[in-house]
Amino acid sequence: MRFFRALLVLLASSGAAQAQLSIEITGAGAQRIPIAIAAFPGEAALPAAPSAIVRADLERSGLFRGIESPPAIPPLTEASSVNFAEWRSRLADALVLGSVIQRPDGRFEARFRLFDVVKQAALGGVAYTFSREQTRATAHRIADYIYEKLTGERGVFSTRIAYVVKRGNRFELQIADADGAGEETALASLEPIISPAWSPDGRRLAYVSFESKKPVVYVHSLLDGKRHVAANFKGSNSAPAWAPDGGRLAVALTRDGGSQIYLMNPDGSGVRRLTQSAGIDTEPVFSPDGQHLYFTSDRGGSAQIYRMPVAGGEAQRVTFEGGYNVSPRISADGRKLVHITRVNGKFQTASLDLATRQLQILTDSDRDESPSIAPNGRMILLATVIGGRGILSAVSADGRVKQRLSMTAGDVREPAWGPYIQ
Amino acid sequence: MRTLCATLALAILAGCASTPSGEQPPAGVEDRQPTTAQPGAQPQPVPGGKVAAVDLTAGKQAALLSALADPKSILSRRSIYYDFDKYDVRDEFRALVEAHARYLRDNPGAKMLVQGNTDERGSREYNLALGQKRSEGVKRMLLLLGAKEAQVEAVSLGEEKPKAQGQTEEAWAQNRRSDMLYAGEY
Repeated sequence: MRFFRALLVLLASSGAAQAQLSIEITGAGAQRIPIAIAAFPGEAALPAAPSAIVRADLERSGLFRGIESPPAIPPLTEASSVNFAEWRSRLADALVLGSVIQRPDGRFEARFRLFDVVKQAALGGVAYTFSREQTRATAHRIADYIYEKLTGERGVFSTRIAYVVKRGNRFELQIADADGAGEETALASLEPIISPAWSPDGRRLAYVSFESKKPVVYVHSLLDGKRHVAANFKGSNSAPAWAPDGGRLAVALTRDGGSQIYLMNPDGSGVRRLTQSAGIDTEPVFSPDGQHLYFTSDRGGSAQIYRMPVAGGEAQRVTFEGGYNVSPRISADGRKLVHITRVNGKFQTASLDLATRQLQILTDSDRDESPSIAPNGRMILLATVIGGRGILSAVSADGRVKQRLSMTAGDVREPAWGPYIQ
Repeated sequence: MRTLCATLALAILAGCASTPSGEQPPAGVEDRQPTTAQPGAQPQPVPGGKVAAVDLTAGKQAALLSALADPKSILSRRSIYYDFDKYDVRDEFRALVEAHARYLRDNPGAKMLVQGNTDERGSREYNLALGQKRSEGVKRMLLLLGAKEAQVEAVSLGEEKPKAQGQTEEAWAQNRRSDMLYAGEY
């Protein structure tokens, strides 16, 4: 009976989720940690099973391989004594046991424990109380906990992504969980929306909207939908980027002629020109310490990436290989420059080690755009075109793990990976 | 100025139309150790929360100006096409730009928006800057031929509003384009 109820919920949710991003894993890490996550007794009362979401999260990272765990009688919970030899025989290195109970106030409580099967030791556990609507968020937090315990780096399953969906002549700026679920529309328009950029606190998005038949930069508060024009000068206003402290925006404006980079306050005040070139300067992005800007410029005759102090001064060229290097993004440790490069007519995502000058092409697609690095630096989300349709693609920083996020009903583009949730 | 006012009005409308969602108390997830229950613990607001929708898709249509719409007049032609990676106005389009410059000069109240466009290859933001180079070129020519600075605004749509779909040279050539639009036409 419980099984049937779970099945019904699944069917219902898949019908409602027609416009949701679906994820296909096309490449995985070489060494994946085998982990068994037993079903949590009691989770059938929830709209989705946390144990399944946790497993999907971990597998999607490319660093874990889920191990089947047969149903046990009585069901295993975080309080059960663990038969490590049995789990070892199933080749699991790690094990998660948990349970869900409904509390008298209608809320739920999920408890779990993580075990190192090889060392036969408990690694820790947490209990969360949550409402029915927070089932997925809670599962993502459990996955983050397990991921951090087993890899030593922070998980990003609880983060969110922004992207633009084009369906016919309609454009929607959407926000979804990092796994593509729970999408919500922040802005719908009949004119294009490009270049969404998350404020460092994750509460606001800056973006470019063409709703007044020209590019204008807006800042949009996600919680209440309030938005204001940040830059609407004569000419084009585009390419917003937040300073790491959230106090300033860098933008590309053409109010003085060609596209140049300016600094401004997010409320639109205090505009100050930063670059002074005769050519194109655009796509600014702050270094993680907030001291430098990386940007794209054709000042040397072809589109290349440059770097200059935010305080002003000389710009230094950063990319030299090839005739088209654009869309700079800097890893959180400041060491890697992820960007789009053109190789033999193909636009591909590349990572340049700024210290060693080692360049690695990360993708095998040929129309990559708009890369966005996960806050933990592990994955890069980008837009590309497969079979004539715009899709999102995710690739690990080492190029091994690959995923595709697509939508049957439209083109998806302009991804932006949000910050860690405070 | 007109564009700025329109944008402000839009922004205000959008603000009014957005669904308030702040009334609901923040739902919470809280951390607790499995063994030590704390019944009175305060839930934390859930990170992320809800997103309020803003809808701009309600239709609005502009009326065409009849004087400029006469198909027998050169003024009804509005598009200038470019070679790949080029921004200069080709000789075949000079007469067209000259005619519009004359119209602007003779009608000081007329206002024009020049929209530069590119084909879809490469970065959206870089293409936006390339489209601006095209529209700026047309604007400079219009000003040289008698239009006033206050009459012409050059903007870029980059690769965002392709006239022709598809990944062929024919489609791309259609999309490497500047359009000259008068107030009321965009």
